[in-house]
Amino acid sequence: MVDSSESQGQTFPQLLLQRLNHDAERPAMREKAYGIWQTWTLGQIGEEVFAFAAGLSNLGFTRNDTLVIIGDNRPRLYGAMLAAQSLGGVPVPAYQDSVAQEIQYVVDHAEARFIVAENQEQVDKALEIREQCPRVERIFYCDPKGLRKYDPQIVMDIQTVMASGREILEANAEAVVSEIQKGAGSDTAIILYTSGTTGRPKGVVLSYENLLVTARNANAFDQITADEEVLAYLPMAWVGDNAFSFAMGLVAGFCVSCPESADTVAQDLREIGPTFYFAPPRVFESVLTSVIIRMKDAGRLKRSLFDHFMKVAKKTGAALMDGQPVSTWDRFHYGLGELMIYGPLKNTLGLSRVRVAYTAGEAIGPEIFEFYRSLGINLKQLYGQTEATVFITMQPDGLVRSESVGTPPPGVEVRIEDNGEVVYRSPGVFKEYFKNPEATAETKTPDNWVHTGDAGYFDDEGHLRIIDRAKDVGKLTDDSMFAPKFLENKLKFFPEIKEVVTFGDQRDFVTAFINIDLDAVGNWAERNNVAYASYQELAAHAKVYTLIQDCIEQVNQSLAQDSHLSSSQIRRFLILHKELDPDDGELTRTRKVRRRIINERYGDLIDALFDGRENCFVSTEVMFEDGRQGRIEADLEIREAAVSSERVRAAA
Amino acid sequence: MSSEQATETLLQVDAISLSFGGVHALVDVSFDIRKGEVRSIIGPNGAGKSSMLNVINGFYHPQKGTITYQGQARKQMRPHDAAAGGIARTFQNIALFKGMSTLDNIMTGRNTHMSKSLFWQALRIGPAQREEIEHREFVEHVIDFLEIQSIRKTPVGRLPYGLQKRVELGRALAAEPTLLLLDEPMAGMNLEEKEDMSRFILETNDEFGTTIALIEHDMGVVMDISDRVVVLDYGRKIAEGTPLEVRANQNVIDAYLGVSHD
Repeated sequence: MVDSSESQGQTFPQLLLQRLNHDAERPAMREKAYGIWQTWTLGQIGEEVFAFAAGLSNLGFTRNDTLVIIGDNRPRLYGAMLAAQSLGGVPVPAYQDSVAQEIQYVVDHAEARFIVAENQEQVDKALEIREQCPRVERIFYCDPKGLRKYDPQIVMDIQTVMASGREILEANAEAVVSEIQKGAGSDTAIILYTSGTTGRPKGVVLSYENLLVTARNANAFDQITADEEVLAYLPMAWVGDNAFSFAMGLVAGFCVSCPESADTVAQDLREIGPTFYFAPPRVFESVLTSVIIRMKDAGRLKRSLFDHFMKVAKKTGAALMDGQPVSTWDRFHYGLGELMIYGPLKNTLGLSRVRVAYTAGEAIGPEIFEFYRSLGINLKQLYGQTEATVFITMQPDGLVRSESVGTPPPGVEVRIEDNGEVVYRSPGVFKEYFKNPEATAETKTPDNWVHTGDAGYFDDEGHLRIIDRAKDVGKLTDDSMFAPKFLENKLKFFPEIKEVVTFGDQRDFVTAFINIDLDAVGNWAERNNVAYASYQELAAHAKVYTLIQDCIEQVNQSLAQDSHLSSSQIRRFLILHKELDPDDGELTRTRKVRRRIINERYGDLIDALFDGRENCFVSTEVMFEDGRQGRIEADLEIREAAVSSERVRAAA
Repeated sequence: MSSEQATETLLQVDAISLSFGGVHALVDVSFDIRKGEVRSIIGPNGAGKSSMLNVINGFYHPQKGTITYQGQARKQMRPHDAAAGGIARTFQNIALFKGMSTLDNIMTGRNTHMSKSLFWQALRIGPAQREEIEHREFVEHVIDFLEIQSIRKTPVGRLPYGLQKRVELGRALAAEPTLLLLDEPMAGMNLEEKEDMSRFILETNDEFGTTIALIEHDMGVVMDISDRVVVLDYGRKIAEGTPLEVRANQNVIDAYLGVSHD
């Protein structure tokens, strides 16, 4: 085992040199090829890195040159990053599933002369890019399949480059090492292009210090050691993979495994059995869905066993993991479940050895989160971004919540601006956006505080909660924060509610438009003898109003628990007579609410929500599916929802 | 495509006639397949395309005519001779072992290359085990080539149709064929699957130099990947040539679109 305090190299190649002294025989990476896990020792990795670096340097790659890397997670591609860094160059990984134009922007902006492409698919993209970016001199590939007939002057096998590098190293063994020694911690280690929902991607420049300090802190935070098993399956261009697989791996010295192909990740996960695991919420969600579907297809005995023990797990699992007191009977019951259900299930999912698992990127549904925790998987949330070298807040063991994202780890300072925006300062704060000083100045203050663009607050426990994008957050007249999307998402967790629009910016209180979910409410209506002929009739039914009112009051109660949000409780609401529809321009094609259109179309209804009327007549123009225009008219009831009292707030 | 090397004749069919009772499936058909080319056999339904493939493969015995394969003329060829001689094929209706995994199915394609007797294979010890390891390695290369690692251990019966077709191609490739016969490799596939399959066919031709004869209905695919095309209609050869020549041929247009009788 390597003591992390011992590894004080300033750059990754320097760290590699140091570790080679005593760890050369340790497995550093694994890759499944031809059905067998092939292991690369650190010594082998090092040899290839130096050989490729020497060959690359021979082809004219110099200090501050960039090396664009496109491909799935492969040991050789990680090696190529180290080779570029060895020469004082900068690796720029690109998302392997991007189309040629997207990569072209990166290649162009990073002024890359050299590209490492994993296989024919990526080489073809690189060649397409080359037509627009004549600056590109050479393209190196790892997998020669289908590439025999390409121009060998431009498209070269990475092995050929390594072979020429080995000849150079034979003549001058110190050729690469002397370059490595020139590196300093403040040098640029990598440029990561953020996918960027708006405008052009920005190249985030991270230094070795950023990555190394962050990796050391993160390793210390979760006691990550050289004995971890990690599967590197998320895109290399994403900062998380860089931190979790590359930086933390090199610092801690654990072995990183690369899956055979993107389609085999689930099987490879099971074979490797990682101890440290990261996945975005959608992965956890789809795994859970497949488990539930398979259980529904299972026999009655299995299904009832599963249902029974999942109830036990829900009651006991998370408490056991958090070290809370649990009765002996519950412990025994849970142990039985572990033997019969949880253990085999975790084994099937490849999660039986997980010691620390993280999710981040977007909100994870509380049920999903608690499902994994109740199975005894230490799933935690973190909040981060590329500009911070991932970590802004993390959940420490024992203090894991589904609705918040934890506390700042040592070294990170987090502050909430007056407009609710989260800003932070940490050792991981990026150097700059590459060739984009305006954007850098907009995001980062001179004293290194970075604006996240996310709105959030620290809850009463001191955990950070992220609620919305900062630009969407408004204020009520009593100056408390109004986060529409947060409220809407909370309401949409109810199956009966399909869509919600909340209003409250510059108002005295919060109100809402509700769209019922026809399937869920229709089903409920059948079971409760509510007769209806149309969506409009069902939506206007008094019992449906009561149903929705109940949902809203539940949300209000949970809002009242939180001093920051208690004034955002929904006082008045109405159920819309028609579904909000992209055809009418009320939603985007990806089903996001277009607030401006709603404000225009339903101005009268919004006024009615705030001026105390009990009903309001509305007439809307609609587009039918066959393209005809029509009008729908209705007299909508407006209801008041009970607001939880101050007393509850004080108690909480 | 490897037209530059496609000069030497690999297989020559001469005046083949085949009938089932009174039905004339093939009448006096002659053409050749050159080494290293992609040769397509096209024609409307019932034109005799599959029959032609079955004749080459030795499954049907024509009443008249000769087949010359690698310089050896023969009137009749039996399927296992054809296989031993380096002819592999896939079928119009997938003919895989549904209960067996992808890996095992492709492994059966190695059968003609296994030298140890059934006795040793059954015991799976000593030389037979060594041999199996060698073959497994070859099969893994085929799996890698066709990018089907994720279904290595999946029973073939559970796979979608497009993937089953790919496994069948894998089994044929495992035999390291000199001549690969593909009977409608793209039937019933969606566009993406067709593109994948076209790519694999071209790569097979390119990487291993395998000569390929295929039957296909999708004209776009045929025109894209073939070096030469032969057109059958009602059991007779009505045209032959490069895709461009065939497309412009009036007989072919008539056969596909019908002729007005006035």
